[in-house]
Amino acid sequence: MKILGIDGSGLVASVAVVEDDNLVGEYTTGYKKTHSQTLLPMLDELKKMIELDLNTVDAIAVAAGPGSFTGLRIASATAKGLGLSLGCPIVSVPTVDALAFNLWGSDAMICPIMDARRGQVYTGLYRFDIDGNFKIERPQCAVDFHEIAEDINSRNPDTVTFLGDGVLVFKELIAELIKAPYKFAPAHLNRQHAASVATLGMLYYKNGECETAAEHRPEYLRLSQAERERLEKEGKA
Amino acid sequence: MDTKEIKILAIESSCDETAAAVVVNGRDVRSNIISTQIPLHTLYGGVVPEIASRKHIERINQVIEQALEAADMSLEDMDGIAVTYGPGLVGALLVGVAEAKAIAFATNKPLIGVHHIEGHISANYIENKDLEPPFLCLVVSGGHTHLVRVVDYGKYEILGRTRDDAAGEAFDKVARAIGLGYPGGPKIEKAALEGNPFAYNFTRPKVADGLYDFSFSGLKSQVLNYINSAAMKGEEIDNNDIAASFQQTVIDTLCDHASMAIEEFGMDKFAIAGGVASNQTLRKAMEDMCREKGVKFYHPSPILCTDNAAMIGAAAYYEFLAGKFDGWDLNAIPNLKLGER
Repeated sequence: MKILGIDGSGLVASVAVVEDDNLVGEYTTGYKKTHSQTLLPMLDELKKMIELDLNTVDAIAVAAGPGSFTGLRIASATAKGLGLSLGCPIVSVPTVDALAFNLWGSDAMICPIMDARRGQVYTGLYRFDIDGNFKIERPQCAVDFHEIAEDINSRNPDTVTFLGDGVLVFKELIAELIKAPYKFAPAHLNRQHAASVATLGMLYYKNGECETAAEHRPEYLRLSQAERERLEKEGKA
Repeated sequence: MDTKEIKILAIESSCDETAAAVVVNGRDVRSNIISTQIPLHTLYGGVVPEIASRKHIERINQVIEQALEAADMSLEDMDGIAVTYGPGLVGALLVGVAEAKAIAFATNKPLIGVHHIEGHISANYIENKDLEPPFLCLVVSGGHTHLVRVVDYGKYEILGRTRDDAAGEAFDKVARAIGLGYPGGPKIEKAALEGNPFAYNFTRPKVADGLYDFSFSGLKSQVLNYINSAAMKGEEIDNNDIAASFQQTVIDTLCDHASMAIEEFGMDKFAIAGGVASNQTLRKAMEDMCREKGVKFYHPSPILCTDNAAMIGAAAYYEFLAGKFDGWDLNAIPNLKLGER
């Protein structure tokens, strides 16, 4: 089974092809160019390098959100265009799940944090059990950093590993609030990887969790500002 | 003799319409599917960019599939994939651009980035098989007001543009002020039919250092000030008269500029395009002006005036013939300039 993975949820742009238990190729950049300028040229490079026949791809796994609204849409529209043309299904992989999956096999509690602005983070809590099964302890969510910190403390873990672009922003709050011993994942693991998206996507795909390219849409975890303000106003009225 | 038909799948998502079309040889529209978001944005009194972008991505595949189905063709039949890459709302544009790029990439077809305004101008080719450059074109919509000399296919010279609000934007703002709501264009037009266009004497806006440039912000302020001062004095105003007088002033201004340019450049063909070009009163005024001058007048049907993908397919055909294709790094350019690419 061959899965194409795509992630444009943050600053990182990443594409990968995973075939069964082999990572055939991955191209990842953490550079300031827009995903509109990076994702497809990178996929083109990768395709040439690994002599990929796109028609042999069984499914496209995309980091569906949360993340940068625009980045998510570029990745999703890319996946939808490919899916429409190739007639293959899309697996929507929660961005935070895929980030946690980078740390496969870790004994620690895993807490990805993505900066969601306004003091909030996109986060979740994860573990790998003794057999290496991926356990979602708290599904991905958009919350105030204090809330996830309290949640972690209430679970009293032996140790916690943080990763994601939120680490830089919340380093001081982590030091202040987190009671358990903690560490930060290093550079080669601490950001989005399309290989993780593709590998996790393959698991979901085998569980029958996929959708058509037409059905697929990003999962923002947040309303637009205009909708939020309208609902607040209507709630008060 | 090469009689091959060039079939283009075109995609448009620059504002609040998700659209796809199949166009053969630039002028033969086999399908033209438009999924509008207007009812949604009406809740907010105007287009909300983030909501527009979200709706585009929810609808885009269905719209493309419908366009292919209505044309009774498949992606394999296409010779090229065209998409609007500017100007427009960046988040909205990016959905169409990423989608079109992925389709072109996966099907190994050439990608053609199209300028939205060139699309509006090219809408005139669809129903007027005889229309060829050179001609003069007035593009009036919610986002644009341009007086353009179409020198050749793909070659444009801008004679005038708005310095502030687009004509359609002024329609929206005045409509809001007199309680008509969004979208302002059709609502002002309807109210104006019941009003007297000469009831109020608004001054035609002029731009000191640009003969053909427009400025509609001042006119809008004139109307708003009039309404406010009447309200303060407790005077009754007739909203239909306001709508009619405002619309007449906009039309007179547009007509004046077009008429001057026709004379100066000795044009014998004049076309209008863009959302506001479906305004019947405007169309009639332009038609009368052209008849008086002995100039041939062109205009698209209302469905081709609004944002649509058929017009993008029409413009793309001439890019295709000129061999102007884009790479996989094509980006959305929200303030893309006409004739500067």
